[in-house]
Amino acid sequence: MTDVPVTTRKDWTTDQEVRWCPGCGDYSILTAVQLLMPELEVRREDTVFVSGIGCAARFPYYMNTYGLHAIHGRSPAVATGLAMARGDLHVWVVGGDGDMMSIGGNHLIHALRRNVNLNILLFNNQIYGLTKGQYSPTSERGKVTKSTPHGSVEQPFNAISLALGAEASFVARTHDMDRGHMQEMFRRAHNHPGAAFVEVFQNCNVFNDGAFAALTKRDARDSMLIDLRHGEPVRFGADDEFGVVMDGGRARVVKVADVGVDALVVHDEADPDPSVAFALSRLANTNDVPTPIGVFRAVERSEYGSAVTSQIAASQSKAGPGDLHKLLHSRPTWQVA
Amino acid sequence: MTETSARTQEVRTTDGIVLRFAGDSGDGMQLTGDRFTSASALFGNDLATLPEFPAEIRAPAGTLAGVSSFQVHISDHDITTPGDAPTVLVAMNPAALQSDLHLLKPGGTVIVNADAFNERNLAKAGYESNPLEDGSLDGYTVVTAPMTDLTKRACQDLGVKPRDAERSKNFFALGLVSWLYSRPVKPTVDWIDGKFAGRDTVIAANKAAFAAGHAFGETAELGASRLMVQPAALEPGTYTNINGNTALSWGLIAASQQAGIPLFLGSYPITPASDVLHELARHKNFGVRTLQAEDEIGAVGAALGAAYGGHIGVTTTSGPGMALKAETVGLAVSLEVPLVVIDIQRGGPSTGLPTKTEAADLLMAMYGRHGEAPLPIVAAQSPSDCFFTAIEAVRLAVEHRTPVILLSDGYLANSSEPWRIPDVEQLDSIAVNFASKPNHVNDEGESVFWPFRRDERLVRPWAIPGTPGLMHRIGGIEKEDGSGNISYEPDNHQAMVRLRAERIALIAHHIPPAEIVGDPDAPVAVVSWGSTWGAITSARRRIESAGRRLAHIHLRHLNPLPANLGDLLRSFERVVVPEMNTGQLCRMLRAEYLVDAKSVTKVSGQPFTAAELVEAIGEAIGATGEQR
Repeated sequence: MTDVPVTTRKDWTTDQEVRWCPGCGDYSILTAVQLLMPELEVRREDTVFVSGIGCAARFPYYMNTYGLHAIHGRSPAVATGLAMARGDLHVWVVGGDGDMMSIGGNHLIHALRRNVNLNILLFNNQIYGLTKGQYSPTSERGKVTKSTPHGSVEQPFNAISLALGAEASFVARTHDMDRGHMQEMFRRAHNHPGAAFVEVFQNCNVFNDGAFAALTKRDARDSMLIDLRHGEPVRFGADDEFGVVMDGGRARVVKVADVGVDALVVHDEADPDPSVAFALSRLANTNDVPTPIGVFRAVERSEYGSAVTSQIAASQSKAGPGDLHKLLHSRPTWQVA
Repeated sequence: MTETSARTQEVRTTDGIVLRFAGDSGDGMQLTGDRFTSASALFGNDLATLPEFPAEIRAPAGTLAGVSSFQVHISDHDITTPGDAPTVLVAMNPAALQSDLHLLKPGGTVIVNADAFNERNLAKAGYESNPLEDGSLDGYTVVTAPMTDLTKRACQDLGVKPRDAERSKNFFALGLVSWLYSRPVKPTVDWIDGKFAGRDTVIAANKAAFAAGHAFGETAELGASRLMVQPAALEPGTYTNINGNTALSWGLIAASQQAGIPLFLGSYPITPASDVLHELARHKNFGVRTLQAEDEIGAVGAALGAAYGGHIGVTTTSGPGMALKAETVGLAVSLEVPLVVIDIQRGGPSTGLPTKTEAADLLMAMYGRHGEAPLPIVAAQSPSDCFFTAIEAVRLAVEHRTPVILLSDGYLANSSEPWRIPDVEQLDSIAVNFASKPNHVNDEGESVFWPFRRDERLVRPWAIPGTPGLMHRIGGIEKEDGSGNISYEPDNHQAMVRLRAERIALIAHHIPPAEIVGDPDAPVAVVSWGSTWGAITSARRRIESAGRRLAHIHLRHLNPLPANLGDLLRSFERVVVPEMNTGQLCRMLRAEYLVDAKSVTKVSGQPFTAAELVEAIGEAIGATGEQR
């Protein structure tokens, strides 16, 4: 990859006016991505951003790469076709919680299950922004919105649990207040062969302001964000005074002083069994308790597009490259003189 | 078993036979019909087939709902339909007889498996008395054979369990009709060897049953019923027997070869389109990628993504899937990317008649998207024509950067006919022309790429990811013509709506003009599209041989319509439009050309018969005062 030209953020930025609301969390995610791209040593022309519909889905217009702004919910499907056809490309999929977990939920889970080589960034703000403030499939129970004036009575999705349940080979979570952490997660997603799913807690300052503030504001992070690190005991707190243990198949927060360091779960993102990763994802189903971030799961599994390409290569080496004349004569034939 | 026997009396010849195999879904009638067809094809007959089967995989055995049929028309001359009425009915059980006897020509031949006519089966089929005994088959030539029993006996010494042996009784029936209608034996024997390779007892049982059926014809003194259909004098060439879905699949592969870019199929299983997915999935050595998607929308979405990446993106489905794909097809209209959407039509609305044919999706193809979203539409006219229609659909999509809808139907999909295999060297190439360099100089004097800068045909460049210097963003939001930047400007939207319509209309200059078959000076013209071609052609020949004149215009391109069509239609006193819907093309022609076209329609799930059309067209001719 040494022949990739050196670029800067400017090279990855288009001349289009960014049209998110001032103060939107999407700005910081865009900045993180634009600053990261020059470090990934990839060519702009080999990079494609695909999106559906929603605030987040405007993302491709601001990236000076190839970009396809599709229709609501369908970006994982469109990107699946593109990545299958073109294994040489770096395909990013960007969308919100309504786009990818509601109308496009089916495409998302199947892209994850198939392990298509995509970097899927879910901007989760727990609200519908572009349609001006309805509850989303990640909105909490009781949420009062325009479409739930008496409060939502629906159980929300836990995006990480959903992705793990969908057999995803790479699952991570980050948040829009920490550029370094975002970039680390995005870099890991980029380097992962197969479908990489990254949930980004993203603030919608107009329709759901402060949804994640209890977790992500600077003075809360130490005590409220559980930073998962591969090979290390899972612990958090200003003095690492808290930790997580497995207890009857469930993850539970404890004081390290009560149980000792050796009792803590040592995070293994490469564990072929997703049970512990799933248990960790269930530690927090609301935004007012300590919540894990980082890479939950990163396992090697056959990537879909290359598996298909190998079948083509195998078929060609066995049967020879396609010969149309032979194909048209492959069934019983007869001559009329 | 020999081709000729000393005991065989002289075989009468006839110009054609319409044979209908009918039995229980589990009786293997489709396979039996298919084998008879293949043997006839190799013998050199012209032929046309009509498989009919229930939507249920296995309806309760012996019931009317479970009857599966296969009709084949073999002929010593060029034919275009599977025949109006069978001349021979093979009924493997009472339900098959009950269900299909009314179709048989008066005086026709009924061949039955007598063993199946027991009390229980008769009751299931709704017979109060045994039709083999109560005289209700008087007026037909009846051949009864204890097929089950003779098959079991033939297999007795082969180590096959009686229950398994019974399953070979369809080969007994095939052997019997092969003898009766002088079909060559070898192709079927060879086929059994190949098909069941490795399953020696199955091979032995099927061959024994086939031979027993053949011998039964010889020994039961059925010589008087024996007929021979000589080979047809078809155009010289190499022929193969092909159905519509296979021809369509091969056409897509051919188009990919002619364009020099890979084929990508995104599809979701649906009757009667699934066989295209099955066929294409087999041909990976042509670089074909197939995705059985999570749903119809995923299938078309993936096809669109592949097309954006520079492949020939195709999705195949039937009516219900078309409804689901509509939004993505609209996106392709807005993006102006090549996409081929194939609708193997079936009876609707909703689940409708999954295994029966209809051609009622034309107006959905024309208008079934929100906003003004025009696109080209092509339709196949016969099973083998699906090959060329597929190539044409890909050509229009790729060369004009547009989604194209190809309409086939359940009848074409499953019916087969002999096809003179084209010389692959003679197939037209398809021009892809990926963009490779900037196409515009901006206000700052820099060379830039404008994704919506058009050529004289109003076609935009196809710049695929991976091309340096041409990075651009496109989407379903209205964009400024030229730059492709998002634009909500009122004047721009108006201009873009008109441009999208104009560029599709301009395709009329890139397709062949409409042609008249028959007499251009006839007072009546029949205008048609899709699978009605066969029955109309057959009807026209009958009308002509009765000394009357008729013009026939068959349309492959339904949008845009050929540029000369309006003038042509206005030159006739009467225009008749037969369709397997309630008059969709007729409506389009009346709206487009203000001609007083008359509709002839059929929506029974069955194709038109030539006889029905002779009558309907005859009435129209009569109304003009045209004399015989």
